[in-house]
Amino acid sequence: MKSFKLIGLALGASFALSASAFAQDITVAVAGPMTGGESAFGRQMKNGAEMAVADLNAGGGLLGKKLALDVEDDACDPKQARSVAEKIGSAKIPFVAGHYCSSSSIPASEAYADGNVLQITPASTNPLFTERKLWNVARVCGRDDQQGLVAAEFIAKYYKGKNVAILNDKTTYGKGLADETKKALNKVGFTEKMFESYNKGDKDFNAIVSRLKRDNIDLVYVGGYHQESGLILRQMRDQGLQTVLMAGDALADKEFASITGPAGAGTLFTFGPDPRNKPTAKAIVERFKAKNIDPEGYTLYTYAAMQVWSQAVKKAGTTDPKKVMDTIKGGGAWDTVIGKIEIDAKGDIKQIDYVVYKWDDKGGYTEINPKGS
Amino acid sequence: MDYFAQQLINGFVLGSIYGLIAIGYTMVYGIVGMINFAHGDIFMIGGFIALISFLVLVSFGLTAVPLILLIVLLVSMAITALYGWTVERIAYRPLRHSFRLAPMLSAIGMSFVLSNYSQIAQGARVKPVPPIITGGYTLHASSGGFVVQLSNVQVVVVITTVVLLAIFTWLVARTRLGRDMRACEQDQTMAALLGVDVDRTISMTFVIGAALAAVAGMMYLLYYGLVDFFMGFVAGIKAFTAAVLGGIGSLPGAMLGGLAIGLIETLWSAYFSVEYKDVAAFSILIVVLIFLPTGLLGRPEVEKV
Repeated sequence: MKSFKLIGLALGASFALSASAFAQDITVAVAGPMTGGESAFGRQMKNGAEMAVADLNAGGGLLGKKLALDVEDDACDPKQARSVAEKIGSAKIPFVAGHYCSSSSIPASEAYADGNVLQITPASTNPLFTERKLWNVARVCGRDDQQGLVAAEFIAKYYKGKNVAILNDKTTYGKGLADETKKALNKVGFTEKMFESYNKGDKDFNAIVSRLKRDNIDLVYVGGYHQESGLILRQMRDQGLQTVLMAGDALADKEFASITGPAGAGTLFTFGPDPRNKPTAKAIVERFKAKNIDPEGYTLYTYAAMQVWSQAVKKAGTTDPKKVMDTIKGGGAWDTVIGKIEIDAKGDIKQIDYVVYKWDDKGGYTEINPKGS
Repeated sequence: MDYFAQQLINGFVLGSIYGLIAIGYTMVYGIVGMINFAHGDIFMIGGFIALISFLVLVSFGLTAVPLILLIVLLVSMAITALYGWTVERIAYRPLRHSFRLAPMLSAIGMSFVLSNYSQIAQGARVKPVPPIITGGYTLHASSGGFVVQLSNVQVVVVITTVVLLAIFTWLVARTRLGRDMRACEQDQTMAALLGVDVDRTISMTFVIGAALAAVAGMMYLLYYGLVDFFMGFVAGIKAFTAAVLGGIGSLPGAMLGGLAIGLIETLWSAYFSVEYKDVAAFSILIVVLIFLPTGLLGRPEVEKV
């Protein structure tokens, strides 16, 4: 924790320099966990934003100006996210793509509202993000009440009459997702056998694993991030437990497989239909691959967030955040790499479709069709 | 009963790792009377060095697991000990005769330096390794279907801890170096007058503490399968608590405190809620300190005149 503040300070200093050096450019920001346990996802966001800015500049920039990118680190820490947001606001940056953790995006969004910054999150799925009627927020991903519903449908269908446990990490994202899944499960008359929470950042889950073993749990649903999910899985296999683990969109990074090794095979998670497979993304995926980057998880979502904003700026003819936001919400469907996106008055996308993925033993994941298989 | 046995195994292994780190805190406190807040980060460095040496050995084509483990253990102990020595030399020794808080503040600074250093050198992401030691034993399978499982990693962690603990206890109790350390602990001036090289003895204390932290770091890597640059903070706090619970300054106390914290956390999670395991551990610490202010095995401080 303590070290992050120093880094923030250093980033702040370097940022102040760069902002004055490129005063003629339009600076936009990407903010996410560039350090810490969630940094795999911060890197996805940074890759997506960098590519989007490079592409926009190659196409002549915006409103006749070049774009510059400012990368900010929140370390998935709400306090640090808030100070990042205040810094971005005071630097008069009109747009931020961020953050990753819902517990960062939500407190930061209020500082962005005060600082007149438009915020589009590529990844924060907690419903509260758009439910507070802030003028400046939107997202290009789905919501946990939809994600939880898809997970619950899957569980109710394939684990009918079996023992299911639900765990959460007490974060805004994890607890929110676990609660939504539980609610959706209970609604169809399915009662979980165990509902427990753990601390994000824990490494030892052996006590919970033994409890799962005692209660003969067949499927454990984890509302939490990939590192803890990976450790829970690994410790389950160490204790000879073959329980299936299911989680949310936080498992969409190869780092999960490198934590679990081949034991990760069979793990399930919900995520939007793989954007890498969409025809609209083909050319961009090729260019990422040429740079030796696999644009997995939220990389293309971040790219799409930048696209929505830049198209709205072109249409509105200004970078004024309030006017741009009006354009985004009233502007119909935006063409992005992840397909056409239409944003409603709250800031949520109109077309959402979560699907269930399964990790294989080669460290990759593929969509499974709940109806077919 | 089987369930209890399984949880006991879980708690014992976790406690062994805490205990190994706690020894570093307690030894330094015993001799120089300061809390070495950088010790958690030395543990983290140990984990990284174990990871790096493991990867180097694998890239040389070594496949014999016991041999790899032995080399990794020795290499990480040696290099981490060097870190411990360096930290003492540059951050604590110049301040030894300064006011009491100075070395402690310097230790906190050192903790920042080490964690930022490994972040810059190794990157901000967690570094996972695939499971190195796999498999295990089924100890008991009851009719209810609950299987008590003891994994090979757990066996390795506990055996390594016990063996190294025995070696270092022997070192402190039976060797010349151990005698010098105990002499410095009692009275540094008197020890110096009697020909004990105080600076060297204190350096050796840091070296031994760091070597044990490296063992803990390696066990951590084997058991949990990942290291990251900020893992020293939480582990350090837990181990420090263990050292205080056991009685700071006492070697067996640190091990006992570590086991106690590990068992309390695990058993609380097993029978009550996982959510409040840290609350349980710290509450018991408070209760123990109210009735035994010097910890479980600590001796009351004699006022030195």
